[in-house]
Amino acid sequence: MIRLEKRPQPSQRWSMATPLVAVLATMLFGGLLFGVLGTNPLLAIETIFWEPLFGEFSFYYRPQLLVKGAPLVLIAIGLSLGFRAGIWNIGAEGQYIIGALTGAAVGLAFYPVEAWYIFPLMVIAGALGGWAWAMIPAFLKVRFGTNEILVSLMLVYVAEQFLASMSLGLLKNPEGFGFPGSRNLQQYESAHNADLIANSGMHWGVVAALIAVIFAYVLLNRHMLGFQIRLTGEAPRAARFAGVRPARLILLCLGISGALAGLAGLFEVSGPAGQVSIDFNVGYGFTAIIVAFLGRLHPVGILLAGGLMALTYIGGEIAQGQLGLPAAAIQVFQGMLLFFLLALDLLTNYRVAWRKPEVA
Amino acid sequence: MDLSAINPVLLIASLMVAATPLLLAAIGELVVEKAGVLNLGVEGMMITGAISGFAISVETGSPWLGFLAAAVGGAVLSLLFVVLTQLALANQVASGLSLTLFGLGLSSLMGQSYVGIKPPQMADVHIPVLSDLPVLGPILFSHDPMLYLGVGIIAAVWALLKFTRVGLILRAVGENHDAAHALGYKVVRIRVLAILFGGACAGLGGAYISLIRVPQWTEGMTAGVGWIALALVVFASWKPWRVLLGAYLFGGVTVVQLNLQAAGVAIPVEYLAMSPYLVTILVLVILSADKSSAPASLGRIFHASH
Repeated sequence: MIRLEKRPQPSQRWSMATPLVAVLATMLFGGLLFGVLGTNPLLAIETIFWEPLFGEFSFYYRPQLLVKGAPLVLIAIGLSLGFRAGIWNIGAEGQYIIGALTGAAVGLAFYPVEAWYIFPLMVIAGALGGWAWAMIPAFLKVRFGTNEILVSLMLVYVAEQFLASMSLGLLKNPEGFGFPGSRNLQQYESAHNADLIANSGMHWGVVAALIAVIFAYVLLNRHMLGFQIRLTGEAPRAARFAGVRPARLILLCLGISGALAGLAGLFEVSGPAGQVSIDFNVGYGFTAIIVAFLGRLHPVGILLAGGLMALTYIGGEIAQGQLGLPAAAIQVFQGMLLFFLLALDLLTNYRVAWRKPEVA
Repeated sequence: MDLSAINPVLLIASLMVAATPLLLAAIGELVVEKAGVLNLGVEGMMITGAISGFAISVETGSPWLGFLAAAVGGAVLSLLFVVLTQLALANQVASGLSLTLFGLGLSSLMGQSYVGIKPPQMADVHIPVLSDLPVLGPILFSHDPMLYLGVGIIAAVWALLKFTRVGLILRAVGENHDAAHALGYKVVRIRVLAILFGGACAGLGGAYISLIRVPQWTEGMTAGVGWIALALVVFASWKPWRVLLGAYLFGGVTVVQLNLQAAGVAIPVEYLAMSPYLVTILVLVILSADKSSAPASLGRIFHASH
């Protein structure tokens, strides 16, 4: 008879091992899925995980790893702070969109002036935009006790409509022959988030993501606020006695995650995406949730998880082109990863015993 | 702008159609939450139901089999949630999210060859005298059978929770799982059944969108209805008939904004399309002051070791 015994302390070893085991399990079952879809499973797994890193065209794909990983890490770092404290911001996609819009709007307002201060202003505007959008669920939660999960998610749909409205209206390129979408920021030097080293994929978003990782690490390990975040998540009652003010924590966690998501949006729209268009967002805000959990809500873990998830995006695109693997298969693959991760977490908190339960 | 083009009778009739997916998903989630489980995977189960129902009804030519498949599809996906939360004791919020992300991917994978196809139609009921009544006929007595089934499920859940022993046990499990366990009730088994019921209802709701309301298949076509259904359960203070009321209210907002779009009102289309989501937030704010009616064990993990 299989029985679960609660561990007195979560197992450190399993906590480190579960992401790896989850990735292996996902490769196995994902491979089966690809096989069912009529693709050679081994070839598909190799194409996704090997080709972008060491394949023939890796010189092209490796920079992409940074381009795709940076927004994921940036958003996931913000989310992880809240998730640790039991504050669930799942509307990062909306904050990402709004950050991109406000940031791009500031840049476009200056067009065609060329000046050094334009890009920094855009960065500030992007962060503020994401922050403000996240403040809506935060304020409603603090003031009225409204569920932040539902409000932040509803605001994603509102933001998507707003994006459509902006790219068809206010921010539309006046010289765009009536096509939807803004001016291309890549062709506006002062507003362009260009590669810092040509063709390395290393743009300001990557730098920001690395800073965010360090910032979060220090915050969680060396700062009172980080301690309060961890305490609230692990022992809410104890946190209350220790004098943690929940309202302040909610405003801070949602605010930081919103600002980081906004930044990610701005760096994307002014760099790799180039312009505000109806569908420039590709779901980084949702994938970042997987990244946050895969990284065990730990800054360094998130950095690694972001890289891995970026790999599945790029490898997925290659597999799409070379093997005809449907794009949705990669989405299933990513969803599966979170699923295995959550299931295997059991081993971190519980010990599986094979004995018969003794009669008390 | 021509508001006179809006026919109030048709408006109310289409309001009921727009409300039905929400109603089905919300009543399922209500039962799940009454059992003390918070399943945030409604959106994922709905979209899986939408494509399962669509695919089977196209292949077999029978909308009825389609709805059956949708219920099965939704329930099968909710089994994943069962494994995560009831067996692996994982966090319910994260598990629900994983269900939604997985369901959205799975559905677009399943639906690739069904884009642009018309599904077989389900005939509206026709009751000899009643359906021919001037105003009431088209509003109340000329819909598809699934719409009435939805109202029937609401009535059944209400009766179950209020009058039966099963309902009492379900509520006991949701209010205090440790006490229910001490009384000898199988907490996990009851919760598993509730989650499966919720999955089946969400699946039906999804298929109602892809088979009757729209009717065709497009990726991500549920567009947040599953999340609105979750809000609706809060709106309804976990009371079945209020789910009906709330669903018709939201259905009304959706239909009115669509009608205003068609009538060419001066408000841009995008802002009208935001309205159901904004109304949801507004309603949540108004109602969130009162948390007293929520099941006391909602979202807490049960392990018999305590």
